[in-house]
Amino acid sequence: MRDVAVIGVGMNKWGELWELSHRDIWTSAALDAIEDAGVDHVDAMYVGCMSGGLFVGQEHLGAMLADQLGMGPIPGTRVESACASGGLALRQAYLAVASGAHDIVLASGVEKMTDVDGAAATYALSTAADQEYECFHGLTFPGLYAMMARAHMERYGTTIEQLAHVASKNHANGAKNPNAQFPMKVTPEQVLASPMVADPLRLLDCSPITDGAAAVVLVPLEMARKLSDGPIVRIAASAHATDTMALADRAEISAIESTARAAEQAYKAAGIGPDDLSFCEVHDCFTIAEVMVIEALGLVEKGQGGQAAASGLTALDGKRPVNPSGGLKSKGHPVGATGIAQVCEVAEQFRGGAGERQLDDPHWALTQNMGGTGASSVIHIFERVGREAGR
Amino acid sequence: MIGSARSWREKPQRYRYQAARCSGCGKVFFPPRVVCDKCRGRSFETQVLAGSGVIETYTVIHIAPSGFTDEAPYAVGVIRLDDGVRITGQIVDCKPEELAVGARVRREFRKVTEDGPSGVIHYGYKFVPES
Repeated sequence: MRDVAVIGVGMNKWGELWELSHRDIWTSAALDAIEDAGVDHVDAMYVGCMSGGLFVGQEHLGAMLADQLGMGPIPGTRVESACASGGLALRQAYLAVASGAHDIVLASGVEKMTDVDGAAATYALSTAADQEYECFHGLTFPGLYAMMARAHMERYGTTIEQLAHVASKNHANGAKNPNAQFPMKVTPEQVLASPMVADPLRLLDCSPITDGAAAVVLVPLEMARKLSDGPIVRIAASAHATDTMALADRAEISAIESTARAAEQAYKAAGIGPDDLSFCEVHDCFTIAEVMVIEALGLVEKGQGGQAAASGLTALDGKRPVNPSGGLKSKGHPVGATGIAQVCEVAEQFRGGAGERQLDDPHWALTQNMGGTGASSVIHIFERVGREAGR
Repeated sequence: MIGSARSWREKPQRYRYQAARCSGCGKVFFPPRVVCDKCRGRSFETQVLAGSGVIETYTVIHIAPSGFTDEAPYAVGVIRLDDGVRITGQIVDCKPEELAVGARVRREFRKVTEDGPSGVIHYGYKFVPES
């Protein structure tokens, strides 16, 4: 297997982009990534999209978006793993380059979610859970994570105030991100006063409905050294694990085992541990998700995730920064694009281009992207390396 | 839309609460599966689920998906039945403040949803406080 690097990133302002179509949002991000990479073509493209069918009535996205890209009849593959579709598209692109099947590959993600109303969007997202035995009973994604939150509270004493601090922390970071959908600060008090969505989770515990796309270009590391004039983003590990689809079948409802399993593989492949990470971009689709994920990643001990945001541990200036981009919570969550946008943040941070949210000399970073209630998790670890061989 | 074929197919679970007990290792699956994830066995016996259990976790849905918007707010929980099987279902006939982790509930046969005003009505199980 060849070493692989990210050499170009593209991401536009996310939000309710009523004037732009699914295909236009994606094509703009893809072209930005290709231009940023300084290449004149790509050999293949992968796109993560959870539900083109339910959100815009469009499937066959591999072919349609390859057509829109205008770079000839390249292989175009659509990858789906619910909200982890983007992360899994990155993994497929990584494997294509690492294996030698292709040299220059576009990994991308897109979701256009505001062409349907709220109830239809809620339904579309719920298809990432067990349709026959969870959604049949009227469960929604906030509802499923609310049940995980209550289980975590019962078992570990996590509080709604602690969850509110996760939202507040991520909005503080997102306020420094010009691409964020909701780049405003919110206080924990505002989170606790926002409307109830699924008890105990309130509106400001939830990531938003977003239109958006993101794209990155992958090449063999040796080619990256020739093409880049700055720091290079090496993919040090790519891991993927699954768990039971239905929460009722989990050994523990208050833990995300697929993330723990994927993390274990990723740390081993990269030869590092959680203490080595400069920062993480994690899948905070709900505040409780960040709490459970940082436990699964080993950033804190099991059961201790609730305190991490409130204590400042995971803040931008904390010992273990989590979601410097603002996370899904503030940046937005166009589900198929999320796992790719996490990588855009890694590249910005490694290149020193993250503006007000720039971290001091980051070297290792981890992205964690998950589908459903954690039935799938995709983790990548990145290392900042110099142009010269031997790092 | 759930449709009549799926509604018919799921009757053994929705109406008769039938789970599958692995003939090899005894693990019980609800809903039934083709293969046991514990022993890889493919032979199962039908077992009817216990009728009562305790709430393991729950939520009260305020923002509902298509098909349930008229019912919100409503409670949904994961119930650990007395035979050890976990099952997801609505918890009804009680106020949200009466819900608690560990509270005992009993299964009842109720209407769950329908495919629009003139479509199939889908029945199934819901849970009510036991006392």
